Amino acid sequence: MKKETASDRRKFILNMARGAGITALGGFVWSAYVDEVIASPLTLRPPGALKEEDFLKTCIKCGLCVEACPYDTLLLAKPGDHKPLGTPYFIPRDIPCYMCPDIPCVPVCPTGALDESSVTTNGELDITEADMGLAVIDDNSCIAFWGIQCDACYRACPLLGEAISVIYEKNERTGKHAFLKPIVHADVCTGCGLCEKACVTEKPAIFVLPREVSEGKAGNYYIKGWDKDDEKRLEQAHEIKTQTKLSKESAIDSLNDSGDLY
Amino acid sequence: MQKLWNNYRYLFFRRFTQIGLLVLYFGANAWGWTILMGNLSSSLLLNVVPLSDPYAALQMLAAGAVLATDLLIGAFIITMFYLLIGGRAFCSWVCPINIVTDAAALLRRKLGVDKISKRQPASRNMRYWVLALSLILSFAMGVTAFEFISPISMLHRGIVFGLGFGWAAMLIIFLLDLFVLKNGWCGHICPLGGFYSLVGKVSLVRVHHLEENCTLCMKCKVVCPESQVLHMIGKESLPVISGECTNCARCIEVCDDEALEFSIRKLAKNKNIGE
Repeated sequence: MKKETASDRRKFILNMARGAGITALGGFVWSAYVDEVIASPLTLRPPGALKEEDFLKTCIKCGLCVEACPYDTLLLAKPGDHKPLGTPYFIPRDIPCYMCPDIPCVPVCPTGALDESSVTTNGELDITEADMGLAVIDDNSCIAFWGIQCDACYRACPLLGEAISVIYEKNERTGKHAFLKPIVHADVCTGCGLCEKACVTEKPAIFVLPREVSEGKAGNYYIKGWDKDDEKRLEQAHEIKTQTKLSKESAIDSLNDSGDLY
Repeated sequence: MQKLWNNYRYLFFRRFTQIGLLVLYFGANAWGWTILMGNLSSSLLLNVVPLSDPYAALQMLAAGAVLATDLLIGAFIITMFYLLIGGRAFCSWVCPINIVTDAAALLRRKLGVDKISKRQPASRNMRYWVLALSLILSFAMGVTAFEFISPISMLHRGIVFGLGFGWAAMLIIFLLDLFVLKNGWCGHICPLGGFYSLVGKVSLVRVHHLEENCTLCMKCKVVCPESQVLHMIGKESLPVISGECTNCARCIEVCDDEALEFSIRKLAKNKNIGE
C-alpha cells in the first residue's frame, strides 16, 4: 500500500513536469509567433484607435467597425495579410477613409479600442480630430516636384487647403515656369488617405504611414526660443551633470593619461 | 424515418444553430442585417444587447487593458447563459470548429484508426495548461495571446469577413484529430473549451444516466467526444457532473434504451437523494 502511494506521487510529479515542459515549448513557439505579428509597423487603424500597443490589448477583433463602415474601407486582418490577426485596418490606395461626419465605425466598438472621446470636440463627433496616420510625399517621384502641373492630392484632400497646401516656386530649369509643390501639414492631416488614392503616379508618391513611422522626434532638449509657450519649459529646467570616467579627473590629467581608452 | 430522427435529432438542431448563427453573422456583414452583428468574439444582438466572449475578456484583463462597460455586460450575459445551459454547450452548439472536428472523429471511426493505435499519447488536461499559458502570455506580452492564434475565431471570422490562409489551420486541425490524436483539438488542446469546462462545473443542464435502463451496449461511449465523463455508464444512475461534457447529446440520441436524458442539475440531485 505504502509503495503504491510513493509511485503515485512519482507519477504525479512526472506528469506535472511533463505538462510544464510541453507548456514551455508551446509557450516559446506561441510567443515567438505573437511577437512577430505584433511587430508589423505599417498598419493603418480606423479613426479613434488607441495607441497601437493599447489597441492590441483592447481590440476584441469582433469586426463591428468593419460592418459599420459604409465604404467597405475597413478590413479584418486574415491569415496571410501579415497583420495582427483579426484586427481592423485599411489600405488607402484601395479604399481610403472617406471621413464620414457621423463616424459610424467608432461608437460601435464594444471595448473602447476605438475611443470616441479622441474624435469628439465640444461633445460632438468630429472626424477632423481623427489621427489614423500622416501623409508623406516622396518628392523624387511626385511629378509636381518635377515641374509638371498636378494637384490631384491637393484637390482630393477633404481638408482642402488645411492639410495639404500648394506652394509656388520658380522653376530655374526653364526660367519661366513655376513649381506647384504640395506640402502636407502634419498638425492637420488625419491620415484618411484620399490623397494616396488620388495620386496619379504608378505607385503613389504621396502615401499615408502610421505616425510612429512617418514622424521624427527632436527631443525635449531643443527649445524654440521664439515660441513663448515652448520657452516656458525652461522654467522647469534643471541642471544635469554627467560624469564619465574620464571627466572625473582634471582635463589635463585625462589628456596625459588616456587610461583605459587604449 | 422515425429511428433516423430519434438518432440524429440533437445533431440536426446543433448543426442548425451552428450554421444558423454563421448565416446571421454573414448576413450582417454582407447585407447589413441587424439581428446579430460582429462575430463570436463580440457581437451586438438586435442592435442593443452586447455579447462578448468572457475568455477573450479575461485575456484582455491579463494583458492590462481597460475593460469597457459594454464588454463587461456582454461577457456577463454570455457567462450567465452558459452557466445555465452547460458550459461547453458553446463547443457543440455554437463553435464552428466543432463541425470540422466532428467530421474528423466520424472519419476516424469509419477508418478504424483507434483499432490500429489504441494508445492516446496526450492528456486531456493539456487544455488547462494551455489556458494558463494563454493568460501568462497575455500578461507578459500585453496582447490577447490566444485571440492571435485562435483557429475558432480564424474560421468564424473567415466565414464572415474572408478566410485568407485560414483554411490551412482548419486542415491541420482536421488531420490532427483524424490521425494523431482522437478529439485532439476540442478534447485536449483548445483553451476556450478548457475555460468553458470550468464554467460548466457548476452549470445547470446535465445529461443524466438511468442505470436500470442500460443494456451496456456502450454506443454512447463510442460517440462521446469526452468519453471520460461517462464513467458511470452501466454502474450507477448519476448525472454527468464533469464540466468537460459538451452537452452535445449524441449519447442521448444513440441510446436505444432510454438510459440517458437531459435534466436540470438540482432536480437530478434531488431525484438521486430520493432514491
